[in-house]
Amino acid sequence: MTDLILTARMTAHPADSHMIDRFVATGGYSALRKALTELTPEEVKDEVKASNMRGRGGAGFPTGVKWGFLAASEPRYLVVNGDESEPGTFNDRQLMERDPHQLVEGIAISSYALGIGHAFVYIRGEYPRSARRVQRAIEEAYAAGYLGDGILGTDFSLDVTVHLGGGAYICGEETALLNSLEGRRGEPRLKPPFPAVEGLYAKPTIVNNVESISNVPWIVNNSGTSYAAIGPERSAGTKMLSISGHINKPGNHEIIMGMTWRDMIYDLGGGIPDDRALKTWIPGGASAPWFVPEEHLDTILSIDDVAANGSMIGAGAVVVMDETTNVVAAAHRIVRFFAHESCGQCTPCREGTRWLEDVLKRILDGRGRPEDIDLLLDISDNISPGLSWPPAMTTICPLGPSAVSPVTSITRWFLPEIEAMIAGGGDSDG
Amino acid sequence: MSSPISAWSHASQERVQTILDSYPEPRSAIMPLLYIASLEHDRVSPEAMRQVAELTGVTPAQVASVASFYTMFKRDGVGEYLVSVCTSISCFLRGADDVLEVVEDATGARRGETSSDGTFTVEHVECIGSCGGAPAVQVNYELIEGVSTDNGRKLVAWLKDTKPQVVLADEMQQLFGGSRSFDWGGPEPEGAIAPVPAFGPYGSSGEGR
Ligand SMILES: Cc1cc2nc3c(=O)[nH]c(=O)nc-3n(C[C@H](O)[C@H](O)[C@H](O)COP(=O)(O)O)c2cc1C
Ligand code: SF4
Ligand code: FES
Repeated sequence: MTDLILTARMTAHPADSHMIDRFVATGGYSALRKALTELTPEEVKDEVKASNMRGRGGAGFPTGVKWGFLAASEPRYLVVNGDESEPGTFNDRQLMERDPHQLVEGIAISSYALGIGHAFVYIRGEYPRSARRVQRAIEEAYAAGYLGDGILGTDFSLDVTVHLGGGAYICGEETALLNSLEGRRGEPRLKPPFPAVEGLYAKPTIVNNVESISNVPWIVNNSGTSYAAIGPERSAGTKMLSISGHINKPGNHEIIMGMTWRDMIYDLGGGIPDDRALKTWIPGGASAPWFVPEEHLDTILSIDDVAANGSMIGAGAVVVMDETTNVVAAAHRIVRFFAHESCGQCTPCREGTRWLEDVLKRILDGRGRPEDIDLLLDISDNISPGLSWPPAMTTICPLGPSAVSPVTSITRWFLPEIEAMIAGGGDSDG
Repeated sequence: MSSPISAWSHASQERVQTILDSYPEPRSAIMPLLYIASLEHDRVSPEAMRQVAELTGVTPAQVASVASFYTMFKRDGVGEYLVSVCTSISCFLRGADDVLEVVEDATGARRGETSSDGTFTVEHVECIGSCGGAPAVQVNYELIEGVSTDNGRKLVAWLKDTKPQVVLADEMQQLFGGSRSFDWGGPEPEGAIAPVPAFGPYGSSGEGR
């Protein structure tokens, strides 16, 4: 199940799926030609809307609906989010490195639909190969007349610029990304105004994820309704899943949602190494609350089913942990990440994440106190009041509340283990 | 009026213009220009930040505030080889802490430090998007996936012994890597150019600085 839409070309042509000759020989840029010569911008937008595709960057907002919010004033911009830095996520990297022209074609079609003359691709700085391959694809596309002035003999023109990040997870948040692209610190902005009204340089801007935009050529070639027909009703199309941790077959899989987690872990993922028992897994990246086998193996892997069970698919990162895992150490790793990546604008996030990290660390180091469990929950409640799902927001962006997920997960599912660790003097693995 | 960067290499000066031309507003060029400036100065020095400020029409303090936000702008400079070991969750589950330890031992540099001879800087980093090939390591931001402790040690020894002018991900992966997040596809041609020369062309010296 790994050659459906996005990964078809790279699966069939592993050696050169990233090169323009192979791309064109396998139908590449035919959707752009179709859009520019047979469809109006409105018609392209209608196809994307009909596809019911929900944004792949984590929030799951329908792309066609977002496009409808783009304000009319000019200039307008498209910004593709290739910052991919959530621990556990590595599928945009594969799309950028193995089929960059698919992304470039998606950018050109989307820009045509939205009346945009300048698009940006923001790629995290730690992805030099992605940056080189996307840059090269852009240069090849310019040379072949798929980008630049008067594309394919029409009066549609488009420039595309690649911008490299500087090593900051928070720049994946769309308004932080826009600040970074403007040459500022990558600090999230208060919303509203939303980017579709006031985005890059305070101009109307659409921000979409790499995977979202990479789906656009297929949608134009095959129609929005064909895309909508794939998978469960509100989880249309395919989804790239990144599987990692204690799993026999780590890697990316392009799936149709609707399978159970049991099938995902034991079939697609090949099960747990050495047949050890499954202890817990994160269904959607470091920000997501954890699932446990006693409750969730038969839960359906779809955006809505996972949400109904108190977690999220997010950007599609599944991290599997077996019975040998020290859950306090694992939670500490994730909280440490958020503490490190907090931009510092909001006190509950800046102070709270650090404090959570410290308390988890002292439990690991054998200096935990019985009241630390309540303290962890108390700090969490200060960052995300009520500890509900989806989290209540008191901060400018959702990073702060995300940091609470591992803490509420281990206190909910593994309380006796934490208590035992506090009583028994910790574990030096942290 | 003399250019603030007349001492820079011809190639860098050309890229500065290309970069300034590719944004609607010059301020957007701060990050890419910081990368180029750091190639010229071997680090993001105060002088580098002054030059970028002049090129983009903002104050040096504004550039410094941007530079300090991002981990990849190395104001103190780094050794010849920057070895970054991912210790985020998926790599942690697959033994990354042990890899970090052998890298520290073999290089003589603790995390966050540079070895006394200036050969190595070691850092532990958060997720580098290679979790399916955990544990993951980068040398001058070029990736190696599936690095065992044994191969972590060998990688450092190889860097020490052969002192490669350039580090190539394809080569290091073949020599010291294990299972990958995904098939990387055909090898990358040397000379492939990143949009900003943070890393120089693939296979040129000065990468990662
Ligand atoms: C802390 C944080 C980090 C994020 N990181 C990313 C990211 O790396 N890539 C991404 O596409 N979206 C990321 N997002 C979501 C973006 O803000 C935005 O919703 C998304 O890029 C929109 O694209 P989509 O509608 O196509 O999903 C992040 C959000 C938050 C709050
Ligand atoms: S929640 Fe955290 S990361 Fe988000 S804006 Fe506030 S301080 Fe910054
Ligand atoms: S956790 Fe190490 S690369 Fe993602």
